[in-house]
Amino acid sequence: MRRLLVGGYRFSWFHIAAALLGGVVLLFIVAPILGMIISTPAKSLIETAAEQEVVRSIWLSVWVAMAATLVFALFCIPLAYLLARFDFPFKRLVLGIIDLPIVIPHSAAGIAVLGLIARDGLLGRLTSPLGIELVGSPAGIAIAMAFVSVPFLINAAREGFALVPERLEKAALSLGASPITIFFTVALPLAWRSVVSGLVMMFARGMSEFGAVVIVAYHPMVAPVLIFERFGAFGLKYAKPVAVLFIGVSLTVFIIMRLLSRNRSNHA
Amino acid sequence: MLRVEGVCKKFQDFSLNQISFTVDQGDYFMLLGPSGAGKSLILETIAGLHKPDSGKIFFQGVDITHIGVRERNFGIVYQDYAVFPHLTVYGNIAYPLRRKGIRGKELHKQVTRFAERVSVAHLLARHPQTLSGGEVQRTALARTLAMEPRILLLDEPLSSVDVKLRSELRSLLRSINSSGQTVIHVTHDYEETLALASHLAVVNGGCIEQVGSVQEIFQNPRSEFAAMFAGVHNFYPASIVEFSEHGLTTVRLNDTIAICCYTEGCNGEGFVCFSEESVILSTEKPHQSALNVFRGRVVEIFPQRFGLMAVVDAGFRVLSKVTWESASRFGLTPGVEVWVSFKASSVRFIPRAS
Repeated sequence: MRRLLVGGYRFSWFHIAAALLGGVVLLFIVAPILGMIISTPAKSLIETAAEQEVVRSIWLSVWVAMAATLVFALFCIPLAYLLARFDFPFKRLVLGIIDLPIVIPHSAAGIAVLGLIARDGLLGRLTSPLGIELVGSPAGIAIAMAFVSVPFLINAAREGFALVPERLEKAALSLGASPITIFFTVALPLAWRSVVSGLVMMFARGMSEFGAVVIVAYHPMVAPVLIFERFGAFGLKYAKPVAVLFIGVSLTVFIIMRLLSRNRSNHA
Repeated sequence: MLRVEGVCKKFQDFSLNQISFTVDQGDYFMLLGPSGAGKSLILETIAGLHKPDSGKIFFQGVDITHIGVRERNFGIVYQDYAVFPHLTVYGNIAYPLRRKGIRGKELHKQVTRFAERVSVAHLLARHPQTLSGGEVQRTALARTLAMEPRILLLDEPLSSVDVKLRSELRSLLRSINSSGQTVIHVTHDYEETLALASHLAVVNGGCIEQVGSVQEIFQNPRSEFAAMFAGVHNFYPASIVEFSEHGLTTVRLNDTIAICCYTEGCNGEGFVCFSEESVILSTEKPHQSALNVFRGRVVEIFPQRFGLMAVVDAGFRVLSKVTWESASRFGLTPGVEVWVSFKASSVRFIPRAS
């Protein structure tokens, strides 16, 4: 509206129709969530929040998603930089592979991850002799979360690095900086906002993952699995307070990280 | 000092062909050519940012063709400055110094020294986004000078600044060069070349058309392009039709137009050119000694930095530089009939290279 007033842009019937259609979509997203929150009594929320099982599952979801994001960032961010800076044969194929977890059903993704981390899987065979069982462990959950959420980080970081003018890096090179110094002193500080945005998206997506995680580890129970279990065993009434609490925690973490990334980029 | 020998480089849809020239210690060498001529690619190849497909680059007699960018220590300043937006002016100037391991008090001392040299010492705490174009350009220069480059490479450094600032920056570049700094400067502006260059290469279509001192090139352009780029607009293909003992020659531009000029006794095809300043316009037939007198009509008249440029159709298109006073006195407007005259001695015949 501000642009409309400042720029003297004429508001036509098309814009009104577009605003109405857009409003329906917003309502479509907000209404079910808001309806669930309103219809959940505060008393049951407080009681649920006091349950050890609920607190444990939410905390498990948060820290495992965080750990998965941080560990996989070490692999994803350099890859995103390479994809933004270089053209090479089969680059489109590589980009397609990165997007694969988005398009395949998450239950199928869970089966694929299970095949990897099971005792006779590629990764499981390496960790089993060390006494580390990935199936049914936080590490297994982290791998399942990362599998479905890495495209969000790689794509956001890649777009951020692509926006950093190559000339700045050429200038840094001619000023005596090594490629690794250029990455840490020029590319990363300038693409920081996109990278953090990708980290937030990966974290949020991982934390809320159900399909892949439930196949890899029913226990220990992450919050989305607990919501599903309560719904299956006790019905809607008992699933709702857990769902509302988890949405609250997710939104809080999401907003804090968004604000942090905004402040950080403003100072950059 | 720097010798570029037969460098060829294919880059995307463009290629450099047989680039050769030499730059001496302390020289102010300019690469002059239009946009897309390959000047910046030559500069980046010298800097080591591109490897030539063939040919060699020597610095002080040593082959540096395959030596990395950092080892070359040639500083490059880009047209869009390429200062780091996330660093302050101090951070930008300190960047190359930190790469050399300079820290603490010594770092501060050196940053201040280079900032003072280009008059940005009072801006050290500022970010580039808060600076004017000239200040950013000075910061970029200070940052590159801080690495104490063996050669300073400038890629159209003055094309994004206004006229007043351009003159200040030219003086700064001149003083940097006077202190012994070798400079290679890329430009499309022949006035800038006249103002700064000691030697230059004319670049066109990925080739070097001519290399020499400013005087050699501007007085004796060896090609149509070099002449055009040296600011000579009255430039025509011509053929010699008559040659006399004293060197006075008649050359024909087309079926009806012939021009008198002096040549060194050669027959054949070539180009004639003469400056816009040597063409005199008058409303009455001139009675002075000029051998080339034509009747024509003013087609266009437009302002230049100094005075006006008149375009006259005299059976061929002639450009003449006139003052505002003359234009007003003779009523020079499009459609007016005028006499065009210029001396045979002001016309130069350039034989076509065989």
